[in-house]
Amino acid sequence: MTKNVPLIVIGAGPAGLGAAAEAAGAGVETLLLDEQPGPGGQIYRAIARSDAARRALLGPDYARGAALLPALESGAVDYRPGANIWQITPEREVYFTRDGKAQVLQAARIVLATGAMERPMPFPGWTLPGVMTAGAAQIMLKSAGTVPQGEVVLAGSGPLLLLLASQVLDAGGRVAALVDTTPRGSLMAALPHLPGMLRAPSTLKKGLALLARLRRAGVPHYKGAGDLRARGTEKIEALRFTAGGREYDLPCALLLLHLGVVPNLQITRALGLAHDWDPLPRCWRPRLDSWGNTEHEGIAVAGDGGGIVGAEASEHQGRLAGLQAACQLGKLNPADRDAKAAGIRRALAAQRAARPFLDRLYRPAEAFLDPPDNTLVCRCEEVTAGQIRDFVRLGCLGPNQTKAFGRAGMGPCQGRFCGLTVSEVIARARGAGMEEVGHYRIRPPIKPVTLAELAAMDPDDTGPEGGFDRDDAA
Amino acid sequence: MPNDSPFRRLPEAGRRAVTIAFEDRTLPALEGDSVAAAILAAGIATTRHTPVSGAPRGPFCMMGVCFDCLMEIDGEPNRQACMVEVREGMRVRPMMGARGLSEGSADD
Repeated sequence: MTKNVPLIVIGAGPAGLGAAAEAAGAGVETLLLDEQPGPGGQIYRAIARSDAARRALLGPDYARGAALLPALESGAVDYRPGANIWQITPEREVYFTRDGKAQVLQAARIVLATGAMERPMPFPGWTLPGVMTAGAAQIMLKSAGTVPQGEVVLAGSGPLLLLLASQVLDAGGRVAALVDTTPRGSLMAALPHLPGMLRAPSTLKKGLALLARLRRAGVPHYKGAGDLRARGTEKIEALRFTAGGREYDLPCALLLLHLGVVPNLQITRALGLAHDWDPLPRCWRPRLDSWGNTEHEGIAVAGDGGGIVGAEASEHQGRLAGLQAACQLGKLNPADRDAKAAGIRRALAAQRAARPFLDRLYRPAEAFLDPPDNTLVCRCEEVTAGQIRDFVRLGCLGPNQTKAFGRAGMGPCQGRFCGLTVSEVIARARGAGMEEVGHYRIRPPIKPVTLAELAAMDPDDTGPEGGFDRDDAA
Repeated sequence: MPNDSPFRRLPEAGRRAVTIAFEDRTLPALEGDSVAAAILAAGIATTRHTPVSGAPRGPFCMMGVCFDCLMEIDGEPNRQACMVEVREGMRVRPMMGARGLSEGSADD
């Protein structure tokens, strides 16, 4: 018999930690599975073993993640890190590998809190070693204590790019250049959404403070940059681009890219759930009700995995999903659930009001949505934008057919880093809308699982108990 | 050892120093580092060559999404180096093209 668990939360970022804390607080036996070695997700990465100096460097928006740890420390939540989830069925069976052994559990309720990933930023040369995402550099700063040094160039658009530049400076590093690809006119286009932004004034203030910080430090800021090309043979050597009618060729040992983040949809896609195209932030999101419930009974989504909302709003959504799960499991009556939810919903609404302004201001430049012919779009199978356009000319209508035409999306990342681009390129080449073009069908296993791991699977055994060790580093 | 890594380590107390073997070199690391982070901090940019064109690749996302940091770790091919924590004495090699058909052999 497969072991039954009342509630499984997938992902230990702000949404998952919020959901687990609320549900466990209401008396629900809660299992929290996460693929990372420690809690916090990417935004609060390594928060449990960060010392005071690290938290001071990363700032209050990082340090606040520590407030989410008590539910794990007290043992109220059965937390199991290092769990690689490779399949979830609509019947709520959760298959995962942990400690070299495949396991399966049956959940009455599931909250998916799988967070965000960097939006692909394809241009010629973006696959060279030494080109990484800005998020990757932040993850290294948080988890390995490393700061970019030397000829470091940051390119793209969005608040994280400014935040990372500022953190590099604060840590005593140097930023050789900020190559800002935000299209000219974006601020004007975003202005109609300003009233919503003003409902979350701290977000606006933080952004302006970051810009001022970079100006004071004298970081060269190239605005309206386009036509990016990374140059190098074994690794990146220079970044070429145009800005203000001039051509630049900046020596570069590390190029950090950022074009905003998009929901990580691998699980909701593999579950066959309905997804809607969100034209302002240009990404898909699963169809959810106000508690985060999906169309599959007992499966909810919270946080950035349901549409980008940011860390604070993700925690709020997690708490709502946790309250709802507790109510559905008979641990909380609807009146108490609604009373607890009211304050959370108000805070969530204020956070969400800021999104349209940010989404419009930082909409990716067209060249990254519909890149030049010679750009590798599918990093794994090395398929270019030009090849995708050729497939369309040969009659390819959507991303699933590109797999048959040229293997795009069939490599180890399973379309995670090319899915959005392939659909955008096809949509433009066909003159069709994104809803019509659609997205890759994602099939399990969504993470590699070996035969040895499967052979070690015993449905009666739920593996070693989880646990939470907090390093006493502070 | 000279190190032209584009990453510098911040001073840090409380994490134990370990060493890992990368091909014929010994690299310093700290407990809690991912293999990918340790390799980058030691000045190594390339973790694999692609099976399709043989192009070099390095860690890109550091969060388990992109699969560009695939390495052979303790004899097991195609591990995500950003998702595996270093252990003392760990043996790490880049993935050169596709994995071999027999277990553990990545060269053919």
